[in-house]
Parts: sequence; structure tokens; C-alpha cells
Amino acid sequence: MGLPELWFIIVAVLWTGFFFLEGFDFGVGMLSRFLGADEAERGQMLTAIGPVWDADEVWLITGGIAIFAAFPAWYAALFPAAYLPLLIVIVAIVVRAVAIEYRSKRPGPAWRSRWDTAVAIASLLLAFLFGVFWAGIVHGIPIDASGQFVGRSLLSFINVYSVLGGLTLLSFSLAHGATFLALKTAGPVQVKNEAWAARFDVVAGALMTAFAAWTYWSYSRGDAVALAVGILAVVAMFIALIANIRRRPLIAFWAHGAAIAAFVASMFIALYPEVLPSTLDPSVSLTVEGAAASPYSLTVLTVVAAIGLPLVIAYQAWSFWVFRKRITVEDAARSHYG
Amino acid sequence: MGDDLLVDLSRLQFATTTLYHYLFVPLTLGLAPYVALLETLHWRTGKDVYRRLARFFGSLLVINFAMGIVTGIVQEFQFGMNWSVFSRFVGDVFGAPLAMEGLLAFFLESTFLGLWLFGRDRLPRGVHVACIWIFTVGTWASAYFIIVANSWMQHPVGYEMDPLTGYPVLNDIGAVLFQPFALWAYAHTVLGGLVAASVFVFAVAAYHLKRRQHIPEMRWAWRTAIAMGIIAAGGQMFVGDALGVVVTDVQPMKIAAGEALWETEGPCASLGVVAIIDQQARENTWELSIPCLLSILATDSVDGVVVGANELQAQYEERFGPGDYTPNVWIAFYSFRLMIAFGLVGAAWMVVAWWRTRKGRLPEGRLFWAISIWIVFTPWLGNMFGWIFTENARQPWVVYDMLLTKDAVSQISPTFLFISLPVFFLLYGAFAIVEFLLLRRYVIKGPPDDDEPMAGQPAPPRPAQVA
Repeated sequence: MGLPELWFIIVAVLWTGFFFLEGFDFGVGMLSRFLGADEAERGQMLTAIGPVWDADEVWLITGGIAIFAAFPAWYAALFPAAYLPLLIVIVAIVVRAVAIEYRSKRPGPAWRSRWDTAVAIASLLLAFLFGVFWAGIVHGIPIDASGQFVGRSLLSFINVYSVLGGLTLLSFSLAHGATFLALKTAGPVQVKNEAWAARFDVVAGALMTAFAAWTYWSYSRGDAVALAVGILAVVAMFIALIANIRRRPLIAFWAHGAAIAAFVASMFIALYPEVLPSTLDPSVSLTVEGAAASPYSLTVLTVVAAIGLPLVIAYQAWSFWVFRKRITVEDAARSHYG
Repeated sequence: MGDDLLVDLSRLQFATTTLYHYLFVPLTLGLAPYVALLETLHWRTGKDVYRRLARFFGSLLVINFAMGIVTGIVQEFQFGMNWSVFSRFVGDVFGAPLAMEGLLAFFLESTFLGLWLFGRDRLPRGVHVACIWIFTVGTWASAYFIIVANSWMQHPVGYEMDPLTGYPVLNDIGAVLFQPFALWAYAHTVLGGLVAASVFVFAVAAYHLKRRQHIPEMRWAWRTAIAMGIIAAGGQMFVGDALGVVVTDVQPMKIAAGEALWETEGPCASLGVVAIIDQQARENTWELSIPCLLSILATDSVDGVVVGANELQAQYEERFGPGDYTPNVWIAFYSFRLMIAFGLVGAAWMVVAWWRTRKGRLPEGRLFWAISIWIVFTPWLGNMFGWIFTENARQPWVVYDMLLTKDAVSQISPTFLFISLPVFFLLYGAFAIVEFLLLRRYVIKGPPDDDEPMAGQPAPPRPAQVA
């Protein structure tokens, strides 16, 4: 395995980390609006992700920059093609971050309720659009022999498969967020989320099954690895469902982790050895080798990642351990988001 | 290529969103260590005044930081969305410092900010104080990697041209990370942040001292802001000069434009203070200048020769073929001067303010306090004009002497820009108002007068308000 393949895997790992961590933040952002009986309960749910959501989002930045640094041609073809979805994504990222941070800066139900709605809508759009984005990559876009996006359409990422990818990630985020809240909150909010986690898992499991099947039959080369990863995604979602029905959210939480890793892996396996299929002419698709940066540059990046990633995982895990306690309504009122 | 409308719209979007992002960066860079210092002082001395100041400036820091971080994310997306030819061209070199920022700085900032904000009751006091320091290190490291990337565009080093693709390929990361341009530009940026934060703290203190409220806290803030501001501005004069010498060496056209110097001059080149510039005729209609000063500033020697824009234009045509290689001199000349004026006026006023308030005096004059408060905007203008100068006066290049700005844009339909520009203007405009009102509200409210204890400590007695 050469450095380009290694970085293809690192990109997959970074995006898996993003969906696993920020996935529950998206879910919590939506659930706080729909399950919170009052302003205090909504604050309780947002406080549960308060210390970590910002760092979770850095997995996205790093996942995007890894594409830029390790595969400049991939980044350059992909981002203009995804102009409209990415524009909505950055607007949602800005709105959501500011809303979470500013809602607690003033008392009063009107101010807070408005920001809570903004958090929910932005979270919904993000969870959906990142699914569309990645399934859209697997489907391919119109790029020409120079590796440039030649479409003039704003909708080149929209097709039935990519929308299914978006709905899969959206429902997954809801199930994952509810599971997280079942683990991290106490009181009525915990009880509500325990019940809703299982319900969302039914929907997410069904969509995940449909997406895995479609990916396997239409986009993969039909080999055993692709089949195994697809089955893993489905089985992991089923385990999560059973665990949530039995009120065992910790098992469900890690089962979601396995499912989302398999979800990302299934798409990367379907792509390999390409990184971006051309819908105009399969022979000009961008490949892992063709899109990769130079060996020297990839070596520098590998050293940075070898030092940086273990450190990041270590101190982020420590931060989760520091905030391991369940959050009550009273805790939330006393916190930075109080 | 050369779709002028597309290029202009893409530049407009990138310039406005970058300047907007830079509204938040300097204050974070300067205020983070200030709050960290306050937390440390409270931890070591236990004095309540430090706790209240840390709470107060900490909440202002967080409001500011929230906007700074997301507007920075927008910029990283825009490289690909709007400047994909640039991204493809520079990715092999430019990606490395960006990846370092993400993995080594960005994670650090956000994780330890979370720990500091929410960990007050969960962490031992020393560890909690360490978190705000690590956050500060993260913000400073983040700025460093971004300046390294920008400096590479100003002065490409540590690369070779790939004979097959014609793109630069990284071959010496050390040269990219430690080139003098990057190191001086970084010092310049950080000092700009420290000046901005000192003037901010100074003006906030002025607001409360004028009203004779929160006196013990605000006197401390006032004094430390003056000390920090004068030291940082003094350092900035030295660093700015050193950077100027490097720029004269590697980007002579930038200095020629910044000084509206059309014909080569020297020894004893004179520095224009005011000029009426005729870009078409490539000359100044009128100018007021100080003899010899330009040679001293640009080359560190009275005998130094400074090359003019006309000679440089001829050299460029010889190297790269016909074309206009002269930036907009009017913008370069005046943004350069406004950067210096707005950058230093705050510290100059601080000297006056220090004199007027020595030995604990609090002047009565309304004008004194009005200036001390309204001066808060000047470092922001200084920082803005600094970026306008450095980015405008390197045109027409986006990567110096290598890639023209007009050749770097994504080949997308201008329609995309007609959608995204209004979206950014509306979103950023609305949030600028929310942010400003929120900061104002917190500034006016002043330090907390709650009795809420910090981690592991009994509630302190409420100190009497000095009326």
C-alpha cells in the first residue's frame, strides 16, 4: 500500500470520525427543538453537547483539508461542482454555531426559542446534505479530461441515490443523537430519548439497509469485501435497535459507531480506485493515484497526522471523560449555557 | 479563461468574507492571553478582582471567538468552491500548512475552549487554568499556519516545478515554515492582535471609569491595557519596519506601489506623505515628501536605492510578456498609510491617557473619555487596511510571479456568484449586527456582581461598589 492509498483511508477515517461525533450533535440539535418540553429542557439537551460539539466539528475541517492537501485534484474538481450544497452547508454551519453559542447570552423565551429553531433547521440541513454530498461523489459528477467540473448546473449533486444517502445520514443522526441524550441526560429528557432512540433506529436501520444494498449492487464491483461491509452496516444498525429497545444506550451508541464506519467504508470501497467518477466518460474519472499530491508532500502530511491524530484522539477522549456525568436541568442552568 | 465578471465577483466575495473574518481574529489573538493571565492571577492570589475581570473579558472573548471560528471555516471551503484552479495549482504546497492548522491547532483550540467553558466545576483549578492557556496556544498556532500559507503565496519557497503538470511541488517544508517573510508577517499579525485587544480593553475600561463604576477592576484593566498597548505598538514599529525590508527585497512592486514610487530613486529616496496619483499616466500629479526617509525605511540605509514601478513593469514584461503588472497604486499608497495611522493612534493616545490618569486621577473632561471610548475602532481599521494593502498591492498575482489572480478562479457560472454573494451579505450583515449588539450589551453590563464562587472556593464577600 502506497501513501496515496494510506491517505485515501485517512480521509475515510476523518469523515467517519466526523459523522460518529458530529452525528449526535446534529441529532441533539434537532431533538432539542422537538423533544424539549420547555426552554429549560432544550437548554439541558444542548448543554449535553456543549463542551464537545465544537471540537467534533473540527473533524469536518480536517476531513475537508485532508482532501485538499493529499488530493488537490479531487478537491479542485469536487468543491465547485458541489457549490450549491456547500453554500447551504456553510450558511448552516455559521448559523448553527452562532445560535448554540448566543442563545444563552440573553434570558427570555423569545430570544432563546428563535435560536433553538435555528439550531434545529441548521442541524437538519447539515445531516442531510453531508449524506447527499458523499453519495453524490459515489454517483459521480460531470468532469472532463482536464479533471475540471464542466457542469453549469447547481443540481449536479441531486439524484435519487444521493437523496437516499442524505435521508440515511439524517435518520442516523436522529437515532444517534437520541441515544447520546439517553446516555448523557437525567430526568424526563432521558426517558423521552430512550423511547425515541429505538423509533429512530427503525427508520435509520431501514434506510441504511436500502442504501447499503443500492451501493453494493449499483456502485461496487460486487466483491466480498464490499458485501461484508454492507452487511456490517445493516447488522450494526439492528444491534443498535435491539439495544435501544432494551434501554442499553451505551451498546447502541457503539453499534452506531460500527454502522457509520461501515457506511463510510462502503462508499470508499465503491469508489476505489477512483476518488471521483466522471459521469461524462468513465476513462477520465479521477483516481487515487492520479489525484494524489507528490510523495514528499504526502510524507510531510503523514508525519503530521502520525503526531497529531493520536494526540487529538487522546485529549478529545479525555474531554469526554471529564464530562462523563449525566446532565440534569439544574446542571444546565448553572453551566456556561445557563 | 479571463471571464472578467466571474473574476471580479469571485474576488469581491473572497475579499469581503476575508475582511469580515478578520474582524474577529485580532481580538481573539490578543484577548485570549489576557484572559489566561487573569485566570492565572486569580488562581495564584485568590483576589476577587481578577475573578470578576476574567469572567467579564472571558465572556467577551467567547462571543467574539464563536464568529471568528465559523467565518474561518467559510474561507477554507471557498478555496475549493471559488478558487479551484488556484487550489489545484498550489495544493501540493499550500495544503500542508492548512493540514497542520487543522490537526495541530484547530482541534486544540476547540477542545480546550470546551474544557475551559464547561470544566470550571469538573477540573482541579490548575488544570482549568492550563486549559485557557492551551486554548491560547491553539489560537496563536492557528494564526501561524495560516500566515505561513499566505506568505507562501506572497513569496513561494521550498518547491520545484513539476515538469509534467507545470504545478509547484513541495520539496522543503522547513523553508515554507520558517522563511523570514512568514516569521516577520506572523510577528506583525500577532502584535496587531495585541494592539487591538489592548485598545479594546482600554476603551471598555474608559466606559466604566467615566461613569465611576467597577473602579477597582477597571483601573487594573486600564493600567494593564496601556502597558500592553504601548509595548505592542512599540514592537510593531520595529517588526513592521523589518517586514518592510523583507518585502522590498522579495516584492519590490508592492513597495513601489505602496510608496507611489514610479521612477527608481536613490540613494536618499524620499518618502511621499501625501500624493495625487495618476495611474494612467504612471506618475504623481503632486506629492509632499520627506527626503531620504524611504531609503532608510525600505533598505535600512540612507544610500539604498528603491526601484520604481515603471522599471519593475518593464522587467515584468520582459519576463512574462506583455500585460499590466502594476497594482492599483492609489489603493496601495493610501491603505498603507491608513494602516500605520490607525494602527498607532491608539497607543499614542494611551500615552496621553496614562499621563492624565497618573497617580490614580480620573479626569472630568467629557472629551477625554469620549476619545478614550471611540478610539476602540481604530485598531480594526488599521488591521483591515493592512490586509487591503498586502493583498491588493501584490496583484495581479495570486501566487507571486507564478499564478495570475484572473487565471485562478473556478470555471463556474457567474450565476453561482449571484446567488452566493447576496447570501453572504445578508447573513454576515445580520450577524454583524447581532454580534455588535451582544458585545455592547455585555460591555455595558460590566463585570459580574454575582456571588457565584469559582471551582472549589467559598463564595467571596461582595465588595462594596465605589460610587
